[in-house]
This record gives sequence, structure tokens and C-alpha cells, in this order.
Amino acid sequence: MRVQRPEYPAAVKVSLAFVGLALACLAVADLSISTLDPWTELQRMAWGLLTPDFLAIPSLWDALLKTVSFALCGVALGASAGFLLAQAFHWGPVRWLCAFVRAVHEIFWAFILLQIFGLTPLTGILAIAIPYAGICAKVYSETLEEAPAAALALLPAGSSRISAFFFVRLPDVWVHIKNYTSYRFECGLRSSAVLGFIGLPTLGFHLETAFGEGLYSEAAALLMIFYLLIATLRYWMRPRLLPLYVLAAPFLLGAGAEMQMSNLLRFFTQDIIPAPLRNADLGAAETWQALAEWLQYLWSQQALPGMIATVVLTQIALVATGLLALGFFPLISRQFMGPVGRRLGHVFLVVLRSTPEFILAYVFLQLWGPSMLPAVVALALHNGAIIGHLLGRYSDQLRLRPDASRGINRYGYEILPRLYGQYLAFLFYRWEIIMRETAILGILGIATLGFYIDSALSEIRLDRVVLLILFTATLNIGIDSLSRQIRQRLRLSHQIRET
Amino acid sequence: MRFGRLVAFAAMIFTTLFASFSTHSADTFVFTAIPDQDESRLKERFDKVAAYLSDALDVPVKYIPVKSYPAAVTAFRNNQVQLAWFGGLSGVQARNAVEGSRAIAQGAEDPLFETYFIAHSSTGLKASDSFPGGIAGMTFTFGSKGSTSGRLMPEFHIRENLGKSPDEAFEKVGFSGDHSKTIALVQSGAYQVGAVNFQVWKKELEAGIVDPAKVSVIWQTPPYPDYQWSIRGDVDERWSEGFTEKVTQALVDMKDPDLLASFPRTAFIPASNSDFQPIEDTAKALKLID
Repeated sequence: MRVQRPEYPAAVKVSLAFVGLALACLAVADLSISTLDPWTELQRMAWGLLTPDFLAIPSLWDALLKTVSFALCGVALGASAGFLLAQAFHWGPVRWLCAFVRAVHEIFWAFILLQIFGLTPLTGILAIAIPYAGICAKVYSETLEEAPAAALALLPAGSSRISAFFFVRLPDVWVHIKNYTSYRFECGLRSSAVLGFIGLPTLGFHLETAFGEGLYSEAAALLMIFYLLIATLRYWMRPRLLPLYVLAAPFLLGAGAEMQMSNLLRFFTQDIIPAPLRNADLGAAETWQALAEWLQYLWSQQALPGMIATVVLTQIALVATGLLALGFFPLISRQFMGPVGRRLGHVFLVVLRSTPEFILAYVFLQLWGPSMLPAVVALALHNGAIIGHLLGRYSDQLRLRPDASRGINRYGYEILPRLYGQYLAFLFYRWEIIMRETAILGILGIATLGFYIDSALSEIRLDRVVLLILFTATLNIGIDSLSRQIRQRLRLSHQIRET
Repeated sequence: MRFGRLVAFAAMIFTTLFASFSTHSADTFVFTAIPDQDESRLKERFDKVAAYLSDALDVPVKYIPVKSYPAAVTAFRNNQVQLAWFGGLSGVQARNAVEGSRAIAQGAEDPLFETYFIAHSSTGLKASDSFPGGIAGMTFTFGSKGSTSGRLMPEFHIRENLGKSPDEAFEKVGFSGDHSKTIALVQSGAYQVGAVNFQVWKKELEAGIVDPAKVSVIWQTPPYPDYQWSIRGDVDERWSEGFTEKVTQALVDMKDPDLLASFPRTAFIPASNSDFQPIEDTAKALKLID
């Protein structure tokens, strides 16, 4: 007699497939621990954390103001452009354009813009606004699509599309758009700070310096101020004050250097032209032979190995993120914690998600030596805290029976099954973002695509930079579309936008 | 209450607003410096250098900070700075990108710069006069990818002596980003061996950051030319005839130990593009430039 085996739900099968894939990646990844003596440096870090020095950075206030100003300008511009683009999102080219601009990490946008606009505020604003326009366009258009159709049907015949839009469709979804935009602003603050690493005069500028030189008391002070900024966001970011903020922000960015149109022209007509074609005879066969060799070299020596390392790291970090998020979300959930516990949980998650991955990675590099391990743990902690936060908030909305079980039984039998779809959706949204973030971990000697882009940049070979960024964008678009297909297959809700 | 807060906030905004509209003269001579060490005090100290140059040249001079070697080169290339304190390699990159630009001055120490190879004590490697072949197969960290002392010269000697690229010669290769981090990473044993600017090493040793029981110098490279001031070719046209010479003279005349400490150098001496030909040849051999 045959025993009938239980049929697992699709969501579980997909989860197991991803865990299996991550295990396979683990087999080829290098996770060795090789450090001998990390404690001196770690002691210094810990001491710095205990003795934050808020007075050591003379331009602290200015950096704080600029962090907020760049975020405001960038997000305001990005969200407005995104809103306009959302109206034409059904049109293929607009959709592709948006997919492309959001597939490139803001750090890489900044690198490109730095070539064109130099060290000017415009570089920083556009580095945030361009990718955010792509993200907002997508989310706004999905939100508008989901607006209930009932109200639209009640309109008298002959109502113009414009009045229909402003009086019926928009009011229905306004709350969602508002919530999403304010979430984007928190991301904008993080982006603004991180852009300091490459030269924007924001908190990250001083943080990278202090950290790089081992001035851990200064670094700790900067980090704490940044945590505070994020944690108090809802107290100072009032809708009523927003117009004032947005009007003031452009004036707070500082002057920067002068801008020259000739740089823009040179960027497009020389810099990004593949080296073999520059000043070459386009009629000659050797030119094209040289181009073929150039492409062959970049593909086989950099793009392909870079993609493999990127995917391996991403898949492991994604599953690790998922596991951590499952552990993190109860910390801030009403279903598991009292008010004091939740508050502590919030602090813990704010700290984890606001600490730049680069810094986490450096600490773990000290601890374990160079391998993929510091990268995986850094990415997983950062992203796990973000998903844990979103999941925790979502779990608060679940209604339980008064006699519902408690503790581990509540977790395993009540909450987790109901959250699971949402949980997977969050992770799939985050997948592509984790992939983008693998770019900035070159210090670990992990040769992801971002590592090669950074190398080409330091050799001032912009033709290579652009080509490698195109590969990266293609890979991200591929992951994004795969993630969408899986979400559709699993019928995961479209309602999640906060990743 | 809410109104009061609003007024306070508006007042704050307007004060900052006026502060940010401070004069930004059209023909300010702007310079930068690669952030290779002591970045935190760079702005403070280079503002003093700017004041000195402004006095000597009789034009407004401004320093702008950059975060990375390529950013300094890009700013030079884009004419957002006209003068820059570069490393050997970044100077070559910058001058190749800007026609007519020249190396005009270098530190008295720069014609004979050195890289130290440092190793963690557990490797058992001892200081030697010849290249330490024993580092093959260990983990190794360079400094910044665009650094002459932290990357270009050590890579050259590794290829020369081990006959392999760093990727093939070592178990793992990292780029710490700057010299201080290289020291920290080798001291903790995160990487077994590293290559570091000899001046940064000496400074950190004096400052007590280096623990000689854990990390020590195992080899020093033969000397090579490194840091220099480079200036764009079009400054004479833009400011005045002989401006380049005036800048060179001002740099060479800089005697204030406090100013020289920013670099840190004992004095500046004149330099020319050809002084850095060895660096350019090495960079070409390593295919770091075309």
C-alpha cells in the first residue's frame, strides 16, 4: 500500500528551493575564518563606542543638515519625477527606462555624475533622484492600478480623464502614496549618508574618515547621531512642515565647485567610447578586431567572474537575511513583546539597519579575516533588520483569538503561517536590493561586479565602468523580473511596497 | 506652541541660508589633495595652505576636499581644481588626461620614496634585504587601488619576484582602502602580509598604534619617485603670464614647518614630468594605464 505523501504548498517549495540553492552556493563560497588576533582593534572599537566624542568633528552640525537636505532634494525630485513617469508606466519604453535607472546603485550613479558635474550639489541630488524616480514610478503605478474601480464607474459619462484622476483615483490611493514616499525618505537619508563615502559633504564623509583612521570615538558619535536622526524621523518629518523643508533644502547644500558643459560633452563623446574605437580608423578591420578583444577580455576576465561571485554572495545573503528576519521581527511585535521590550527591539533594529553595511563588513573582517563570511553576515544583519522591522509592524495588524496560544506555539502555529506570504514577498522585493549592495564590499577582496567597477574607476577607464554597469543593470533587471514572476506564481500580495 | 517652533525653525533656516551665500569669486584658484592619510584634519590644515598660497599669489585660493584618488584626478581633469597634491600614479593619470599639465614641485623626500612590506608575527617572516619569497601563498592586502606606494610599486615587485600576478601568487588579495587600515588589518592578522607607505608606517609606529610584537617590516622596496604637485596647462592663460612659475616658487618657498607638516614633508623642491617616467612605465607594464 502506498503512503500518500503530503503535498507542500507552493510557498514552502519555493522557500526550500532557495535554501537548497544557497546551500549549493555555500559549497563553492569561501567562508573560512583566518584572523589571528582581532582583539586589539575590536577593543579600540568597543572603547570608541563607549566614549563617543561629539565635539571632535567641527562641521558636525553642517554635515547633519546637509545629510537631511540632500535626502530631501533628492527624494522630492525623484518622487515628483516618479509620479509623472507613473502616468505613462503602461508604455514599454518608460517601464524599461525605470527598470534600468533603478537597477544601478546610487553610488554608481554618483560616480558617473561626478564625471559630468564634478563635485557639485547637483551630483548628489541626481544620484538619489534618478534611481528613486525609477523606484517610485513603479510603486506609484502599481498603487494606482490597485485603486478600487467602483468609484470610477460612478462618474457621469463625459467626465474628463484629468478630473477622474484627481477627484477619484488619486484620493483613493493617496494614503498609500504618502506612506510609501515617507518610507522612501528614510531610505533617502541612508543613501545621502552613504554617498558621503565617495565625497558628498554628508555624515558619511566624516564617518568614513573617522572609521578609516581608527578614530572610533568620532565614528561612534557620528553613528549615534545618525541613529537618532532615523529614530526620531516621525517626530520632525511632519507633513505640515514638508513644504518649508523642501523650499529650504536647496539653499543648504553649499556651493561646491564650478560646473562646465564641456565635461558633459567629453563624457559622452570620448570617455565612454570603448578605448579601441577612440581616435581610431573605423574603416579598418584592426579597429574592430581590437574592439572584439577588448570585449572578450572584459567579459571573460571581469564581467563573468564578477557576475558569478555576485550571484553566489547574493543567494547566500538572501537566505541568511530571511533566517535573521524570522528571529528579529518578534522583538518589535505586540504579539510577543511588552512595551519596554518592543522599545528595546526598535532601538536594536534601528541600529542594525542604519549602520552602513560597509562598516559592519569591516568589523567582521577584523574578526574573521577576508572571505565571503563578513560580507554575508553584514548584508544579512542589515537587510534582516529591515525586513524584521517591516514584518514586526505587519504582525501587529493580525487579530488573534482571545484564547490564542502564547510564546513559541503562537509564533509557530499562529503568526508565522499567516505572515509567511508577506514574509516571502518582502524577501523577493529585497532580493534585487541585496544584489545591488554586494557592490560595495571590495575591501573584503571579493571580486563582485562592483569590485571590478571600482577598479576601472580607479584606473579612470570610464568606458569599462559604463560597460560593467550595464552588465550589472542587466543582471539586476533579470533578478527583478524573476522575482516578479515568482511573486505572481505564488500570488503574493502587491500591497507590500516598503522594501 | 507649534507656531513658535515654526518661527524658530524658519529663523534657523535663514541664518544658514545667508551663511551658504558667502562670496564665491569667479576666479578663485582651487586645489585639492589625495586623501591618503590623516583625512580628518586635512581640511583644517589645507585651509592654512590655501591662505598661504593666496598671500603669495595674490589671488583667492581655495582648497576642496575629495574622498578618493580617482575623485582628485577627475576634479583636476574637469578643471574644478587647477592644482593638486597627487601620488605618483594619480599624478601620471591626471597629467595624461589634461594636455599641457605639469608636475611642478615635490617633497624633498619624494624622489626616494619607499614601500614597506609588513607581516604578522605568526607568519614567522623576518626582515631581509632581498624580496621575501616566503610571502607566496599567504593572504595579502594592498592599500587603495590607485595608490603608488600601496599598490603600484608593491604589485610591480611581486610580479617581478614571484613571476605571478598577485591573484595567482597569494591565497587572497584585498584592497584595504588606505595605509592606516592596511596596518590595522595586518596587525590583527586578518591579512598576513601587507604593503604600506613607509611614512605612514613610521608615523603610526611613533604614535604607538603599531604593536611591534605583532606586526613588523619584512622588506623595503628600492626607492622610487612618488608624491608631487601638478598644475593644469591653462592657468597662465587664465590668471596671468608666468602664473605657473609663481605657484612653483610659492611652493618651494614654503618654509613654515606647520604648513609643511600637512603633507608631511620637510621642504618642497622643483619637479618635472620626466621625474615620474619610471612610475608611468611601471603603470603601463601593469596595464593600469594604456
